[in-house]
Amino acid sequence: MPAASPRVGLFVTCLVDLMRPSVGFAAVKLLEAAGCRVEVPASQTCCGQPAYNSGDRRDARDIARAVVAAFAGFDYVVAPSGSCAGMIHEHYPALFADEPETLAKARELAGRTHELVSFLVDVLKVERVDSAYSGVATYHDSCSGLRELKVKAQPRRLLASVAGLSLKELPGAEICCGFGGTFCVKYPEISERMAADKAEDVRATGADMLLAGDLGCLMNMAGKLQRDGSAIRVRHVAEVLAGMTETPPIGEPGG
Amino acid sequence: MEATSHAFKDNVRRAIVDPGLQKALGMMKTGFQARRLAAIEKLPEFEQLRDVGRDIKNHVLENLDFYLERFERKVTEAGGHVHWCRTAEEARETILGLCRKACAKTVTKGKSMIAEEIALNDFLEEKGIEPVETDLGEYIIQLRREPPSHIIAPAVHLNKEDVIAAFHKSHTHLDPGRPMDDPHMLLDEARAVLRPKFLAADVGITGANFMIAETGSTIIVTNEGNGDLTQILPKMHIVLASLEKLVPTFEDAATILRLLARSATGQEFSVYTTVSTGPRRPGDLDGPEEFHVVLLDNGRTDILGTEFQDMLRCIRCAACLNHCPVYATVGGHAYGWVYPGPMGAVLTPTLIGIEAAGHLPNASTFCGRCESVCPMRIPLPKMMRHWREHEFERHLAPMAVRSGLALWAWLAKRPGLYRAVTGLAARVLGLLGRAHGRYGWLPLASGWTGGRDFPAPEGRTFMSQWRRRSGG
Repeated sequence: MPAASPRVGLFVTCLVDLMRPSVGFAAVKLLEAAGCRVEVPASQTCCGQPAYNSGDRRDARDIARAVVAAFAGFDYVVAPSGSCAGMIHEHYPALFADEPETLAKARELAGRTHELVSFLVDVLKVERVDSAYSGVATYHDSCSGLRELKVKAQPRRLLASVAGLSLKELPGAEICCGFGGTFCVKYPEISERMAADKAEDVRATGADMLLAGDLGCLMNMAGKLQRDGSAIRVRHVAEVLAGMTETPPIGEPGG
Repeated sequence: MEATSHAFKDNVRRAIVDPGLQKALGMMKTGFQARRLAAIEKLPEFEQLRDVGRDIKNHVLENLDFYLERFERKVTEAGGHVHWCRTAEEARETILGLCRKACAKTVTKGKSMIAEEIALNDFLEEKGIEPVETDLGEYIIQLRREPPSHIIAPAVHLNKEDVIAAFHKSHTHLDPGRPMDDPHMLLDEARAVLRPKFLAADVGITGANFMIAETGSTIIVTNEGNGDLTQILPKMHIVLASLEKLVPTFEDAATILRLLARSATGQEFSVYTTVSTGPRRPGDLDGPEEFHVVLLDNGRTDILGTEFQDMLRCIRCAACLNHCPVYATVGGHAYGWVYPGPMGAVLTPTLIGIEAAGHLPNASTFCGRCESVCPMRIPLPKMMRHWREHEFERHLAPMAVRSGLALWAWLAKRPGLYRAVTGLAARVLGLLGRAHGRYGWLPLASGWTGGRDFPAPEGRTFMSQWRRRSGG
């Protein structure tokens, strides 16, 4: 069982920090509601995945080393992203395979690092949230969260407790949306075609809102839906679970 | 074949606007996946079998010399011959020598990716020997003079109309007005054309799905029975195989066979599983007079002991292609050489060099679906990343990518400066984008905004808001 009031370090993720801070605040609200003491280490920037996946191991290691140091001592480290949590959880140990001292620390960090929604359900045993949304939502399983961290049932379980929300399953929910980090700008034609296929599947559900747990995928899917003139709203799942839907959806004008 | 992997981006642009290709890809997208899933759901021990299959192949790779020599000994004992070929050229010359010895005018061929790898058909034609592909898909693309686009379904990029056109053009001895709209008619026509070729062939060349060290046998799996006719009817049977096809025992082959068809086509077993052990023995009713195994290395032993060794476990089932969203978008020809999809993205650079094939390991979102379905548990994304590391170390990545990345990494290592710069950018983009909520165009981001809008940031970064909230 987790400690009565675990001390959680929030790994904000670079995209949430820059693009959509409200996801970070939604994460804080959910974690605090579940009894956590949330802290946000000021020295964090990024998990290093762009460097790692571009073959730049040295920069990836430097950045990872800083993350390992910044998040030492927390009971848990939680990120509102399966991709960034997956990077720390799955890949940090691989980065330090030949540096025994850092490897031990990276493994230790990996063991207490979680994606937000699966942390709430699997570790904190949260069974329901106190929020409401009136409408039909569909959910896309982002690849890293799904395959590296087995995030699949947890968001659906909590969404089922949102008053007024009905969830319509997305056909091909486990197929990549075409974001892929730097892939989306290195191979834009492929990326855009994959996003178009995803947008078509999303529209076919008839849902009025698309949710997912990773901001990169969400920006990609929102951008494609909006370019096509779709009115489907796109949000990070944490916003809905935290009842923080007063901010405009991703890519929609502010007040 | 001439590799066009370096022109991957151009290939992609053509593929995406090719309506016939897109139609064919649309047809294949769901079929393979649904059939595989149905097949493995009926086999509760499938996941454990994957572990066993991986361990068998790892064991072979750790003891390759031992099993290769044992295989050779057993082939010889059974009356066959093993030819060790280090390079594609050596393999081609060896096969040519054997064909000449058999005074061959035509050779029939079972489906073989290794024959594609060494560009055997073009070579034999050049030397005046007619190669006849007998697998239906291979036959169709041979008529069209194009390479396969998929490792188990070579003509998957084509539609029925393309096949009708190819048959019209090539089968000029038949009535041009004959009805051809039913796929069965096309099948019957191909069968009728191929039958005399089977009988006339002097040499039959097949690949091998397995080579079995304990008996010197080779195994092929097919669904059309063409492989049997290819290897039984002619005087000489040549098996062309790369050395990692080796397994120690029949039992091991049987284990991996349980994974192969399920992962490939969703069948429990392929229609034909054909075992060859040496030439015809006294008293045998049929079979070739000579049995040769052309064992090809072509760079594979160079991979042993490197971070790419796991790739040598590949059994060519194509599950990774069938589940790859990039393959489904661009098709196999865009990859520009013999092996497409995720397995090709790892294997091709080992065979033609990362300089020529650099795009392939980069053109992946790392969605991980390939690894999740690979029956041999090959960590494909990890190995694509290793190729990216090789490229990065050798400065092969495009300059714009490298300098953009370097600047970003430099900033990410300096949190104070990072915050100042990104905070400013977020505020400016947030402010300018507030009215619309998104950008239809952004400088330096045309890759994104060409086909998608770019959501505007909210404005103030999380970190600056948090600092304020906590009074820091």
